[in-house]
Amino acid sequence: MKAAAFAYARATSVVNALELLAVHGDKAKVLSGGQSLMPAMNLRLLSPEIVVDIGGLAELRGIAMRGGVLVVGALTRHVDLLRSPEIALHAPLLRDAVSHVAHPAIRNRGTIGGSLAHADPASELPACVVALDATIVARGPTGERRIAATKFFKGIFETALSSDELLVAIEVPVTGQGSTFFFQEYARRHGDYAVVGLAALAVVAAGRFSDLRLGFFAVGDRPLLAAAAGKLVNACVNRGLLAEAAAALTNELDPPEDQQATAAMRRHLATVLLRRCVADLLARPELATGVTK
Amino acid sequence: MSAPVSVSLLVNGEPIDAFVLPRINLADFLRENLKLTGTHVGCEHGVCGACTVRIDGEVVRSCLMLTVQAHGASVETIEGISDSGEIADLQAAFRERNALQCGYCTPGMLMTAQDLLKHSPAPDRQAIREHLSGNYCRCTGYQAIVDAVEATARMRAERPA
Ligand SMILES: Cc1cc2nc3c(=O)[nH]c(=O)nc-3n(C[C@H](O)[C@H](O)[C@H](O)COP(=O)(O)OP(=O)(O)OC[C@H]3O[C@@H](n4cnc5c(N)ncnc54)[C@H](O)[C@@H]3O)c2cc1C
Ligand code: FES
Ligand code: FES
Repeated sequence: MKAAAFAYARATSVVNALELLAVHGDKAKVLSGGQSLMPAMNLRLLSPEIVVDIGGLAELRGIAMRGGVLVVGALTRHVDLLRSPEIALHAPLLRDAVSHVAHPAIRNRGTIGGSLAHADPASELPACVVALDATIVARGPTGERRIAATKFFKGIFETALSSDELLVAIEVPVTGQGSTFFFQEYARRHGDYAVVGLAALAVVAAGRFSDLRLGFFAVGDRPLLAAAAGKLVNACVNRGLLAEAAAALTNELDPPEDQQATAAMRRHLATVLLRRCVADLLARPELATGVTK
Repeated sequence: MSAPVSVSLLVNGEPIDAFVLPRINLADFLRENLKLTGTHVGCEHGVCGACTVRIDGEVVRSCLMLTVQAHGASVETIEGISDSGEIADLQAAFRERNALQCGYCTPGMLMTAQDLLKHSPAPDRQAIREHLSGNYCRCTGYQAIVDAVEATARMRAERPA
């Protein structure tokens, strides 16, 4: 199908974009890469009266280190994350994750700001920013505010942003010594939205976790920072403890049922990912075996 | 409100100035306004890849881009990269190996395959499959397409330009 008629405004600056949003309120839609907005408009799931194109705003681009924090501009495209030496060095979780996001032609236009603002629960990057304990920087008519990634996602396609705000950047705390990460997802085909996925960040010292952040996705209405991880921190991990954590995880999840998988299958796959993640991060392959029970 | 907007862009090297409605996506503009019907339209929501074109040298979905977003850009379509001879060898390999039947997916496949070969001159079959993963073919079963891309990579490696 084709998109319904709408007016088009090419924003000349962030200030200009905010003025346009202030005037048009929820009749307007922000356009970044268009890789989620355009399908929705072509399918007439969305019919905004005006589209505010922020795609040309250089001030929203770029990846830079500022005092121990990696600042990623909202218009950073998926392909930029893949190629950036700063990301590879300071936030390799993002690089690994984004290689699973869609296909090359879509990664050439889709942006991190668009992905987070879109808040698809099966999306990779929202779970990553939760695992990384990142901060979302939003700008609105009254100025800038910072929102913890863990508080940003509110439900399916719902975030803490209001219709007159722009997501301008993501601040990722740079991980220190001993920090490792894990990313894996189940998908029908490489590049598809996940059936279940896990983005994890950990600090490992002397064979134990001193920190473990497990960001699961496609297991509920938003990315989930699993509380079950707490059982594995500052503890000597063995099969028994891992089974306990897996049981706690299944209780915590409220996965959807759709054509891709039943809720029970998603719960099961989440525990498989948990075991693989722990085995991988602690470099103890034996913990990944016997994943069925 | 939704009045036509002025756009200027290059299409296959030729400057184009037009007034278009904001709702007209680039695929439709190329096909309907410029009669460049080699760019195909399948799903209109990004999943099939038939509409793949190059913008400033990078592959994109032309169904997911407004024409007005291409203002100031250089667009290359299958017509452009065929006429320039850039993919003559790849096209010959597709013919030789029956990597097309109805041909609906072929322009997008060629665009995407050429993109891979530009970035990685010696891809293995896994890498070829991954790069083409966003392009649907309902006829060939993909095997022959992967063969043709692999053969082209090999030929290009043997005959350095
Ligand atoms: C075939 C296909 C497969 C895909 N597969 C995956 C996948 O496997 N995983 C995945 O994560 N994604 C996938 N995507 C989506 C893709 O990653 C998008 O790029 C991303 O979701 C949105 O980014 P965008 O820049 O294109 O945003 P847009 O489409 O421009 O915008 C998306 C939404 O966010 C709002 N928005 C955009 N930018 C801002 C901003 N700065 N401030 C406030 N609001 C804003 C828009 O108004 C809109 O509501 C796929 C897309 C397609 C077409
Ligand atoms: S028509 Fe554009 S991807 Fe299918
Ligand atoms: S040749 Fe018919 S769809 Fe590919």
